[in-house]
Amino acid sequence: MTTQPGDEPAEPAQPATGPRHGLRLFLIWLVLALAADLLIWFVWKPHLPPGTMSDAARHQQFDIAVLAISGAPVVIFVLLYFIYSIVVWRARPGDDSDGEPIYGNTKVQATWIIGTTVIVMWLFVFGTVELVVPAGAGAGEGPSPIWKLAGTTSSTWTPNTNTTLQVQVIGQQWTWTYRYPQFGGMESSELMLPVDTPVTFHVTSLDVIHSFWAYQLGVKADANPQVDNVAYVTPKALGSVTVRCNELCGIWHGAMFNYGHVVSPTAFQSWASGVQSKEQSDGVLAALPPYALTYDPTVIPQLGKNLPKIDGITGAAGYYYPPSDPVTP
Amino acid sequence: MAIETHQDRVEPAGSGPPLGGPGGVLRPWWLRPGVHVGVIGAAVGYILGHLLGNFLSSAYAQNALSDSNDVPIVLGYAFGTIGWLAGLGVFNDLGRQMLGKPLLAEVRRGAGETGLSKYFRYTLDHKVVGIQYLFGMIAYFLTGGLFAMAIRSELLSPSYHLLGPNQYLMVVGEHGTMMMMMMSSVILGPFGQYFGPLLIGSKRVAFPRLEALGFWLTPAAYVILLSAVLFGGFPTGWTGYEPLATQATQGEDAYFFAFGLMGLSMILAGFNMIVTIINYRAPGMRWSRLPMFVWSMFTVSFLQVLAVPVLVGACYMALMDRTFQTAFFENQLGGSSFLYEDLFWFFGHPEVYILALPGFGIVAEVVAVFCRKPLFGYKVAAAGMLGVGILSFFVWQHHLFDSGINPDMRPLFMLTTELISIPTGFIFLVAMGTFWKAKIRFSIPMLFALAFYFNFLIGGISGVFLSDVPADTTEHGSFFVMAHFHYTIMGGLIFAFFAGVYYWLPKMFGIKLNERLGKLHFWTMFIFFNTTFLPLFALGLMGMPRRVFEYARNLETLNDWVSISAFCLGVSILIFLVNFVMSMLFWREPEVSNPWRARSLEWQVSTPPPPENFNRVPVILSGPYDYGVKDALPVADLDPPPGVIAAAYAGAPGEEAYR
Repeated sequence: MTTQPGDEPAEPAQPATGPRHGLRLFLIWLVLALAADLLIWFVWKPHLPPGTMSDAARHQQFDIAVLAISGAPVVIFVLLYFIYSIVVWRARPGDDSDGEPIYGNTKVQATWIIGTTVIVMWLFVFGTVELVVPAGAGAGEGPSPIWKLAGTTSSTWTPNTNTTLQVQVIGQQWTWTYRYPQFGGMESSELMLPVDTPVTFHVTSLDVIHSFWAYQLGVKADANPQVDNVAYVTPKALGSVTVRCNELCGIWHGAMFNYGHVVSPTAFQSWASGVQSKEQSDGVLAALPPYALTYDPTVIPQLGKNLPKIDGITGAAGYYYPPSDPVTP
Repeated sequence: MAIETHQDRVEPAGSGPPLGGPGGVLRPWWLRPGVHVGVIGAAVGYILGHLLGNFLSSAYAQNALSDSNDVPIVLGYAFGTIGWLAGLGVFNDLGRQMLGKPLLAEVRRGAGETGLSKYFRYTLDHKVVGIQYLFGMIAYFLTGGLFAMAIRSELLSPSYHLLGPNQYLMVVGEHGTMMMMMMSSVILGPFGQYFGPLLIGSKRVAFPRLEALGFWLTPAAYVILLSAVLFGGFPTGWTGYEPLATQATQGEDAYFFAFGLMGLSMILAGFNMIVTIINYRAPGMRWSRLPMFVWSMFTVSFLQVLAVPVLVGACYMALMDRTFQTAFFENQLGGSSFLYEDLFWFFGHPEVYILALPGFGIVAEVVAVFCRKPLFGYKVAAAGMLGVGILSFFVWQHHLFDSGINPDMRPLFMLTTELISIPTGFIFLVAMGTFWKAKIRFSIPMLFALAFYFNFLIGGISGVFLSDVPADTTEHGSFFVMAHFHYTIMGGLIFAFFAGVYYWLPKMFGIKLNERLGKLHFWTMFIFFNTTFLPLFALGLMGMPRRVFEYARNLETLNDWVSISAFCLGVSILIFLVNFVMSMLFWREPEVSNPWRARSLEWQVSTPPPPENFNRVPVILSGPYDYGVKDALPVADLDPPPGVIAAAYAGAPGEEAYR
């Protein structure tokens, strides 16, 4: 990216006698811009958020770095120009005269307009490619995404078969619950994901708008009531993930966070099957609302059944519903 | 306005009919409409509205947290506002017209009122309205700033310690809403109303009643918004997202009502400004001679007239949802929470340019004057403003990139958002071209203008990161966005506002603000603004969402740094306040009528400007930026021979009046 608007401001107006401001500015700018871009790319980029824990996060890190090296020369040019003019063209004490009347310069104006347009077009093309290729780049894509993640769909999930893992994320004031439809619709209060596996998040809400932000995975999708918002990710490294609510959802919004873990596929499967069989035997699965893409909290199919209360399992059955005010977050 | 007569046009508010009513006797001050009657009217109106609401909705469920539901509150606000306006005398002329009685002169007199009392009445002089706006908006700004201090105090610690979660959200909501309401009028109000007509060579504005009404709605909105505190505030922040807003307690009514009221004020101000600029330009004030500030007012007014009705509609629908249990925004009842997001941001994005454009206008004026050069690329600057204004209607979905609304259109909205940086870049091109071989004077307005370009550059470039959908996945809704819009709005608009204050206050009041304190104010504000908001970009990228009172412990050091900087920023605003109050009330150092040797029209009249701005309608002879031009004509002939004006108005209705 070397296009730069206004490289030679008002050069023609300059008589041979004075210093060649345009050339001077250009040379200083070239050195500074190159240095800044090299620093950004080689020193800063590896540390840029959100890291490289998933494909989406890695793409976002790359995008932020590319935007930074596209933007840095512009910022440096403008700042350099202002500093240069403040130093060189300040009125000396006692100088009461006016500046030279220059009403415009077609060349400079055209260069600037073409330069900014080229940068903008480049950013647009780059952004679109980076949105489409990594299947939505971790962002919420609504109920019927057109940029999908490759992976086979199946109603069951087994490790190392490139089957997409379905995870439903349910936001409610003020907690996150995860359901795994491929494991009998069992639910968990912590997010567990297998590494190197395509994952589809179905994000929805039971009450107000929340936003599911798995920071290290580079996933962000709003949780709207009655809406299934799909986001894709492929975790690429083991580790833990912070999940925060990113949309103001009421007084305990600040306390609406929990953690997830990316584990090996086999570890994931044994965890998931374990939770499933425990919830089966405890009666939780029977008491939960049948798995669906959205839920209507005003309809409680299980009313009248015995509602089990099991430690460590959030929100079974009717317990999903009227938001209660936790005493502590 | 059919009721305006030619007589009005010739004799604007301030001269005209003899003092007093039809009998020729001026009633005593306490019998004339004014703020004191308005307050009584508001109280009576609120009580009536509340009783009516209780009567209408007695069968509705009572809210558990108070002894009444939302209907009496909303009706109380509505009737209270009407009572406030009635007490101010807003409807007097209207009533007299309908009854066929002659108009009372006293209401319209403004400039004829002695002393300070004209500032506390429904005065129809645009200069009085401008000064009313100036003080009103400073009050808004200081209140919003105090809330900001409270937010930063809470964020000193990663867990809640000072404010409970409820108070924290109340403070966040009040800060955001108050600032947003204030920013939309902070330049258009004081400087637009005061200098708009002066800059185009007009003796008056087109619709003085609408203009004054626009101002007098803002104190009502202020009080109503603050009244939310009595109900425990509102938990939705300044965006008021549904369905959280329907779930909230009565504080939310105050939010919607006050925001809607401010919207109404913006629409009225916009109408008046558009018609004034189109129709009330002096002869010779061609579009190509219009000062940049007027261009910015013109563009902003269109944005206000076209975008703000959507806000008023959304607020109305939300209030209906809350009071009469309609379900516009209730997903489970057939409504849509997406609809609110769409409506809000369809207003909300033009709104942020309603905030930014006046700043562009002021700094363009200031840069030309203190570079002692013509504005570089005048047409580019005007095109930049129009381009920003038009494009601002096509970008609103970028606030909803992760929401799941219409996700396939994201590349389009990414494109429109990035396109808007082209006309915004024009603003920088104009400044940079003007700086080329200039004779730069570092007066205080110029320092603020320079800081504007610095801050807006950072704000603008961070906007490019946000416009990119993949990068936005991390940045959306985090402190990164917060830093971005504080850089563009506070770093842009408020710095431009202060440039305007230091630039124009000598003309408005004939006094000089203390220069040493002014420089101290500038440097502290510039430094602490940047130390406050620059780290917020990092905080956002490191995973801190907006509007939270709890954050990761490793972010504490940075947050403490930001909070301490924010307190210093608050001190800097106090320095301004001390300077402002002392210079205005006690030091009162007189200033010459054109201290900056500026060419534009407002500096050519006496200080402060005479009641009618100009003794005769001036004839504009040349553009406002012809600095350094040998044998440049003066910008206007302030005392043109009678025949010139008559010729200019030949064929126009009321032509004979100018002979």
